[in-house]
Amino acid sequence: MPDSKADHAVTGVEPSNGVSNGGGHPLWLRPGSLPRPRSGLDNFDLVKDGARQLTICNACRYCEGYCAVFPALEQRRIFAKADLTYLANLCFDCRDCYYACQYAPPHEFGVNIPKLMAELRVDTYREFTWPVMLAGLFKHNALAVGVITVASMLIILGLVLAFQGSSVLFGVHLGEGAFYRVVPFIAMTVPPSLIALYGFAVFMIGALRFWGETQGSVVELVDFSALWRATKDAFGLAYMKGGGAGCNYPDEKFSLSRMWFHHLVFFGFLLDLVATSIAALYHHFLDWQAPYPYFSLPVVFGTVGGIMLVVGTMGLLYLKWQSDRDPAHASMFSMDVAFLVLLFLTSFTGLLLLAFRESVAMGTLLVIHLGVVAGLFITMPYGKFAHVVYRYAALVRYSIEQSRVEGNG
Amino acid sequence: MTASNHPYDVLVAGGGNAALCAAITARRAGASVVLLESAIKAFRGGNSRHTRDIRYMHRAASEFVTGAYEEEEFWQDLLGVTGGATDERLARLVIRESETLGDWMPANGVRWQKPLRGTLHLTRSNLFMLGGGKAMMNAYYDTAAKLGVEIDYETEVQELQIRDGLFVSAAAVRGGAARAVEAKSIVVAAGGFEANIAWLKEYWGEAAENFIIRGTKNNQGVLLKELLKHGARPEGDPRGCHAVALDARAPKFDGGIVTRLDSVPFGIVVNKDVKRFYDEGEDFWPKRYAIWGKLIAEQPEQIAYSIVDAHGLPRFMPSVFPPVEAGSIGELARELGIDPRALVAVVDEFNHSVRGGKFDPGSLDDCRTEGLTPPKSHWAKSIDTPPFYGYPLRPGITFTYLGVAVNERAQVIMGDERPAQNIFAAGEMMAGNILGKGYLAGFGLTIGSVFGRIAGREAARHAGF
Repeated sequence: MPDSKADHAVTGVEPSNGVSNGGGHPLWLRPGSLPRPRSGLDNFDLVKDGARQLTICNACRYCEGYCAVFPALEQRRIFAKADLTYLANLCFDCRDCYYACQYAPPHEFGVNIPKLMAELRVDTYREFTWPVMLAGLFKHNALAVGVITVASMLIILGLVLAFQGSSVLFGVHLGEGAFYRVVPFIAMTVPPSLIALYGFAVFMIGALRFWGETQGSVVELVDFSALWRATKDAFGLAYMKGGGAGCNYPDEKFSLSRMWFHHLVFFGFLLDLVATSIAALYHHFLDWQAPYPYFSLPVVFGTVGGIMLVVGTMGLLYLKWQSDRDPAHASMFSMDVAFLVLLFLTSFTGLLLLAFRESVAMGTLLVIHLGVVAGLFITMPYGKFAHVVYRYAALVRYSIEQSRVEGNG
Repeated sequence: MTASNHPYDVLVAGGGNAALCAAITARRAGASVVLLESAIKAFRGGNSRHTRDIRYMHRAASEFVTGAYEEEEFWQDLLGVTGGATDERLARLVIRESETLGDWMPANGVRWQKPLRGTLHLTRSNLFMLGGGKAMMNAYYDTAAKLGVEIDYETEVQELQIRDGLFVSAAAVRGGAARAVEAKSIVVAAGGFEANIAWLKEYWGEAAENFIIRGTKNNQGVLLKELLKHGARPEGDPRGCHAVALDARAPKFDGGIVTRLDSVPFGIVVNKDVKRFYDEGEDFWPKRYAIWGKLIAEQPEQIAYSIVDAHGLPRFMPSVFPPVEAGSIGELARELGIDPRALVAVVDEFNHSVRGGKFDPGSLDDCRTEGLTPPKSHWAKSIDTPPFYGYPLRPGITFTYLGVAVNERAQVIMGDERPAQNIFAAGEMMAGNILGKGYLAGFGLTIGSVFGRIAGREAARHAGF
């Protein structure tokens, strides 16, 4: 019986056992006696169950019109861990396949691809991060992110009180350099830059590990048409369109709202990066210090981006709150909420700071805003932001693989 | 039994494709409609949950189909598979009316899938639902609910009160509590009886215990029996069922598409007594696919074993269950639970009788056996390269053919040849009028959709709309 053959672990559904039933058929020949879905045991092998579920998908293939995951899995017969890692990060959690699935729970096959993929993605983030001892931060992410953010805020507050005093914190500061009278320029720019560089390095390590695990070569990374196609898919959120219908999010009805809210978050975030970059240019090359006038480029970009982020994150949080939990995985859910809340707070406190920058509240708001920003950047490599890196890498791999398949006719 | 507060215009009994097409059509006509589905919500949709594509008549290629498929070709295809077991008038009605399905279905929420490379071979004659049949049923239920159709799950219609050929009310049971549902007309679209093992036993004897039912366990044939009891004229061979070869490890019900196994032409098949019993290479598998269920049903204990070697394994679609694997034929037989010496002898005899040829799975090649009974006419290659693989096979029942006779208005024909005025049937319950025998991919949905719409329209009309 297959029990003795380890390679069956990744070829799909296994008979539940090989015990012979007293000279008759082996037990597994009895119709309906298998295969069983995961029972929620901690030690159950996720990879084994992933292979089981995807083998069912591969024999069915009804969902191939929804997204990239299914055409990609159809290129395979065996689902080893590397295949699962790749496919999981290709999944945008649109859930169309879950509601369309004739084998979804309560069917005894218990196929639940969005949940499986979310769990595998959490594993990807943990496994490929650096240093490994911080991988635990992914597990109870909301708690970790909350603690780190509050701690950052308190440290900044403590430093301001210790070095500047409460009269500075609660004073009114006007004109150029007003912010820096509360938190000096060096303190406001050098630590965040270092943290951002650190985060970037962690993600590069992760991306390279992911690329290696999925058998990618360095040469493939200079495949510009693949990169272009992946970038288009990423920026357009092609796979949140579910073959034209949208996501089954927050419930079984099709909707494009998740895609549009995500666009607001993504492009809002980009606009805020642009605003920060322009401000840096002003500071260094024009010797012009913040705060900038309301109709200056940094403030206009920053405000528009901030409003987009506020609306987008609130929309996504609302959808998440409303969403069906059956196709969700708890760790990923916690990570999603933590990241969205942090992005919301970053943009919201930024907008508040803009509104009240000429009042006594400015110092306090600045400390809060910087605390949230610090929390965002410190936890960036150890939270949901990781999806940007791995999903893009998976899209590049998909793009390379598909052009190969198309090339072969 | 308690009575409903108000009589409905139309009662739809059943919750699959035909039922929903009827409910949506009747409701759009203005009738008040109640739909009673026996399954829980998660398993709603009957066997339509397991479908993937629908055959329809069309005059030109489109974004979703690669070419025209017109009435005459459609009719000839149907004539071919049924060998004439069809009512031409009703069949042509289905074919002609299917032309509008390409637009009607999306107008009611169904989405089509664009042809991808690879898996879809029916892209000229058939439209593929994006996400398959369950996605289609989700769309229909959503549309029906929005239109104001009252939908009750876990509610089984068990008895019909019919007086002087007129439907009066239905006894519906939910959680042990029965209620009478009155309506001016009824559409019965509750599927075949293939999940009713006791009924299957009337024709198949104890063998039916070993049948695997590919679809819903809710198809117990309760209303089919009820209509026949009230004198509806039966249509179709009561013993007839569409039976295919399935992996024996499939669940007893609702295994759907993934438990089918296409290994037969690439090796040999033996029964429990380790005897070959039919030409595995008679014709292309898609054509032979549907005869193997019956062949296995006729074997001892209704089980057979498909044996392939390392060359055979990659030639068919990956199966959902891993094959039983062994380094030698004897060992494989032991693991399958059949006589090792007998299997070694059968494989040896087969290998020695293999003649010639250039192996080509894409044509009826000249790789065949000589002097072997039964022969293997094509794709015969020695089974000699380890590892060897075995799949246990059982008959898998897709649907039954027995139904009730209907006219072109979907009215059920009673024993006196008179159509019942307000009793309409659609879907598998009357498909035997049109597909009396054989199988045509995606045509069950065509019949259900066309007759569902007719039944809904006529039921509403009878109620005054």
